[in-house]
Amino acid sequence: MRFFLRRGLFYVITFWAAVTINFFIPRVMPGDPVRALIARNQGRIPSEAEASLRILFGLDKDATLWQQYLDYWALLFRGDLGISFTYFPTPVSDVIAQALPWTIGLVGIATILSFTIGTLLGTGIGWRRGTWADSLLPISTFFSAVPYFWLALIAISIFSVTLGWFPASGSYDRSLIPMWSWEFVGSVIYYGTLPALTVVISSISGWILGMRNMMVTVSSEDYVTVAQAKGLSERRVMLGYAARNAILPQVSSFALSLGFIVGGTLVMEIVFSYQGIGYLLFTAVAAKDYPLMQGIFLVITVAVLIANIVADIAYGILDPRTRQEG
Amino acid sequence: MTIDTSIVEESEELAKPSQTPMTGAVAASGRGGFGRRRAGGKPPKFLFMRNSKAVAGLVILAFFLLIAIIGPWIAPYDPSARSADVLQPPSWQHLFGTTHLGQDVFSQIVVGTRGVIVVGFVAGLLATAIGVILGVTAGYIGGLGDETLSVLANVFLVIPQLPLIIIIAGQLPSVGGVTVAVVIAITGWAWGARVLRAQTLSLRKRDFVEAARANGESTWRIITAEILPNLTAIIASGFVGTVAFAVLSLITLSFIGIGNTGEWNWGTVLYQAQAQLALQRGAWWWFVPAGLCIALLGMSLTLINFGIDEFVNPRLRSTGLNARSLRKRGIRPRIGFTPVVHEAKEDRA
Repeated sequence: MRFFLRRGLFYVITFWAAVTINFFIPRVMPGDPVRALIARNQGRIPSEAEASLRILFGLDKDATLWQQYLDYWALLFRGDLGISFTYFPTPVSDVIAQALPWTIGLVGIATILSFTIGTLLGTGIGWRRGTWADSLLPISTFFSAVPYFWLALIAISIFSVTLGWFPASGSYDRSLIPMWSWEFVGSVIYYGTLPALTVVISSISGWILGMRNMMVTVSSEDYVTVAQAKGLSERRVMLGYAARNAILPQVSSFALSLGFIVGGTLVMEIVFSYQGIGYLLFTAVAAKDYPLMQGIFLVITVAVLIANIVADIAYGILDPRTRQEG
Repeated sequence: MTIDTSIVEESEELAKPSQTPMTGAVAASGRGGFGRRRAGGKPPKFLFMRNSKAVAGLVILAFFLLIAIIGPWIAPYDPSARSADVLQPPSWQHLFGTTHLGQDVFSQIVVGTRGVIVVGFVAGLLATAIGVILGVTAGYIGGLGDETLSVLANVFLVIPQLPLIIIIAGQLPSVGGVTVAVVIAITGWAWGARVLRAQTLSLRKRDFVEAARANGESTWRIITAEILPNLTAIIASGFVGTVAFAVLSLITLSFIGIGNTGEWNWGTVLYQAQAQLALQRGAWWWFVPAGLCIALLGMSLTLINFGIDEFVNPRLRSTGLNARSLRKRGIRPRIGFTPVVHEAKEDRA
């Protein structure tokens, strides 16, 4: 229980830190771009929304910083992230709520696929080290070195422009109406295949490499030798003894590298014009839509934190030592 | 499982390098106290350089460093100059073809190397400095200070860095290369600090540190003379990793269009290619070379880090060697063949 309490406390602190960073960024930046935007939209912004924007970007100079901070938190607890300038006058929370399922679906499925396949491959390669399988390593080094979005560019140029197998952009056939029908779901899967494939290919090498190195390290442990000496089947030794222990650092590195993967996939969405959070962030940056940018950062951070909590629970289940008292 | 005597012999032979201390792992910069156990001959210098991966990485990195220095002088054209040769595929005149405005892609990449390298190294140096200061302090002082600093590092690890960099850089009125480097360093120091803290924590309890403390050496001297030399390899690999991260971040930022688009780097080339529909026009030469350069640079940094890793962790090193010699003898490598004495591992823990 102590492990989970500790981690829980840590996530509370991280969430607080992310919100605080978000609070201070617009306040320490030189210039006052939001005030100019409000002035330009004078009379069109509802007074309540304007009040939220003032709190979000610290335009109330007469209030103390502490008062601003308290107001900011009060606003967040009401789920009010201000209004978007690009999608005027839609609230930021609504804009994000529309894009979020797409990103979670795409990035979530692709990341889990990549982790599972990569770990399995790494187990195999690590177990049979010194065979042809080791020649996969330089290839995976190459893939871990290229940025996601470049791979996306290459994938589009090969599979969409040259071969014409997959659509180059978008997330579903625009002639269809979004609803739960086979046709629509099929279209979503068809449009999502190439982006998902790109995410898998570019992130899988890290998992393969990590698992392979852990397998190499673990397979020389005494308990593996003993298991082998007992005459257990090779499969059993590999999966039940070596991989079972090698996967622990893999899970904790999954939690840590999640932020990095999410960052990479966000940019990849831009290349595919996939209507997720990343594409939204791109349009927000291009249009200098500050409320939207800040809201997106907060939502991404919360999503990554939740994924981390899930990874922590998985780790706690996999490693009984963490559940020990003391 | 066939265990024959030759493997036992081999394990003896391979165990020797594993006993080398971690001091001065990089380019034998330490006191030269290792490698002495090798039978006969003079002690090998630059043991690090024997690692083929590390050498390959260093050669590629040196190549890019050279281009970064002399790039603007050897570029055949002005990267921004327009010409009548619009969207030409690669030829002898334009090695990497031309853009929609007739700009020479090869010149853009050669000139842009400097921006990438400068930002990468400035960010790497800054982030490593922050990481060393915070990580070593946390590991050495322990207690509440340690708790606070490691929570801080973990918070920065968990918060997604790229979106953070994007919203900071996106709100700055003007973004030059050095500004980007500073932003990247502020967000990217945590990994190095975490690793350094863990290692310092274990070094703090070692006999030689205890001895120095018993001798009444000042804290400052213990840290600089006893602890830091033993962290050289980790600091170096952290630096290399941060440079790779910074290069990727810079290129991603430029690709999104944040930062000074007038300043050439590989990311701005890709930004132009994407914005001018190079994909739909089938102009592969516009975006392939820049990506390959990023991959090459990233790979060279990864290879250097592999070299450092294998230098520090004898298990990773000897498996490769061992597997090769086993295959020569027709033995299928399996578990339990990693010829490393177990003392070496306990020593590290």
